[in-house]
Amino acid sequence: MDFTPHTETEIAEMLEVIGVSSIDELFGVIPERFKVQDQIKLPEPMSEPEVLAHMRDLAAKNKLVTSFLGAGAYNHYVPSVVHHLVGRGEFLTAYTPYQPELSQGTLMAQFEYQTMVASLLGMDVSNASMYEGATALAEGCLMAIKHTRRDKILIASTVHPQYRKVVGSYVGPENLVLAPFDETGAIDFAKIGGLLDDTIAAVVAQTPNFFGVIEDFGKISELAHNAGALSIATFSEPLAFGLIEPPGSLGADIAAGEGQSLGLPLSFGGPYLGMFAVKQPFVRGMPGRLIGRTVDSRGNTCYTLTLAAREQHIRRERASSNICSNEGLCAVMSAIHMSMLGKSGLYKLAKFNHFRAERVKNMLVSAGLKIAFSGPTFNEFVVSLGKPASKVVETLSKDGLVPGLALDKTVLNISDGLLIAVTENNSDKDIERLISALKSA
Amino acid sequence: MSVPKDYKFSESHEWVREEGDNIVTIGITDYAQDKLGDIVAVELRRVGDEVERGESVGNIDSQKSSSEIMSPVAGVIIEINEDVEDDAGLVNSGPYEEGWLLRIEIEDASQLEDLMSAEDYEEYIGTLEDE
Repeated sequence: MDFTPHTETEIAEMLEVIGVSSIDELFGVIPERFKVQDQIKLPEPMSEPEVLAHMRDLAAKNKLVTSFLGAGAYNHYVPSVVHHLVGRGEFLTAYTPYQPELSQGTLMAQFEYQTMVASLLGMDVSNASMYEGATALAEGCLMAIKHTRRDKILIASTVHPQYRKVVGSYVGPENLVLAPFDETGAIDFAKIGGLLDDTIAAVVAQTPNFFGVIEDFGKISELAHNAGALSIATFSEPLAFGLIEPPGSLGADIAAGEGQSLGLPLSFGGPYLGMFAVKQPFVRGMPGRLIGRTVDSRGNTCYTLTLAAREQHIRRERASSNICSNEGLCAVMSAIHMSMLGKSGLYKLAKFNHFRAERVKNMLVSAGLKIAFSGPTFNEFVVSLGKPASKVVETLSKDGLVPGLALDKTVLNISDGLLIAVTENNSDKDIERLISALKSA
Repeated sequence: MSVPKDYKFSESHEWVREEGDNIVTIGITDYAQDKLGDIVAVELRRVGDEVERGESVGNIDSQKSSSEIMSPVAGVIIEINEDVEDDAGLVNSGPYEEGWLLRIEIEDASQLEDLMSAEDYEEYIGTLEDE
């Protein structure tokens, strides 16, 4: 059956009203070379068994690889119960529901998500989630610009390059001031004093940063606050906060980053989860949906959207953000995962990740390789291969081992740097294979 | 609905009180706060900002709406009521006193003549109620 939004008669009527004789004339301003000339080439329709066979063939093309890739997306174990619970029809929405009278379950699950995220990040209030890490961070920067009425963002060059790019497109690339890093792989404090003037709305740093190095975030916050700027923490591996002090305890005014590593599969890069939390004084400037707990007319505990007057559907063009949507389902997955782990589980899993990564580091050093930076790391670090890393990655990948991300292919351009992430999903056998491959590479 | 006699009023329900030396205090009327309901947040422009007459000098949010505060005068903001930013309910409890919003220094006092007197304003809100 064709999808027919308008009949021929309706189209003719509309064209007459606007005074155009045909659809071709309506689109006449578009140059011919931009128009689709033939039918869009699609394969012929298939029957259900044919489709299944086709999908099987496609699936067979997937190669099972051993991977030590991280760099913003982390290969963690997601317990079956997460998929099972989130597959329940009652949870199947991508959104934060408006109608509290028929969405108590979803609202409660997302309220629990907010509570856990705020607690994990050491912040006061979390929203009901945003699309993913990079845009969450960019929204945080816009908030700081509005709050301080300053234009520029001092951003650590150790923030994920893709996050930096997204922030640049939100605030204008000319408004990004890059803070260099030193041999520790973290912000070079000796070089940022002069950059922190009264045009800077916020100082942004990622911790653990793109190199896996833990930034001295307390010091970053202090410098930012002394200069009248806000302190914004971003992150791509929030599991780290099971072990290291979270940004909120280190003076961050806004914490915005990626939540994939807590309960979401890698799934080719999305959908992921933007975590966004603030300290109390900044709540009203915050983007996104916010769920609150209250009591109904009968005195029963219930959940509802709150502080909605700051949002776009009420404030229209005066809203501080156009984000009125979120990743409701992914947030619920993350909430289920975090509640499964609990506080002690989160700590144990974080510790285990750190322990294994440190072990791999030590093994690589014993094998004669160098760790690129001296700063402390969580479950990811850069090793210097002494030769172009992309060549090594290319060769090993052919045999089904992806040893990490070659940094000569990133804007940070560390030619022999290989960024390796180690999680609980990398077995001892995987690790032995990695060490011997890099030793002889 | 209370309408103090010595204040002046705008059609968008702001009031103006003359403090002498070309300084005026502005706020929103009892009528306005009553219509808005429980006010949950007040955001004001900053001290030092120059504003035109009719220009937005802030936002007032109630549970389900967000309204702009339009400056009834042109001038420079010399003081804002930080208390209402911390406790927006002051606008509900005392719109003409503790719930004042901004103090503005005006250059041209003649602009005040265009505003409504208490009597005119009472008549004006009477017509709104009739609609």
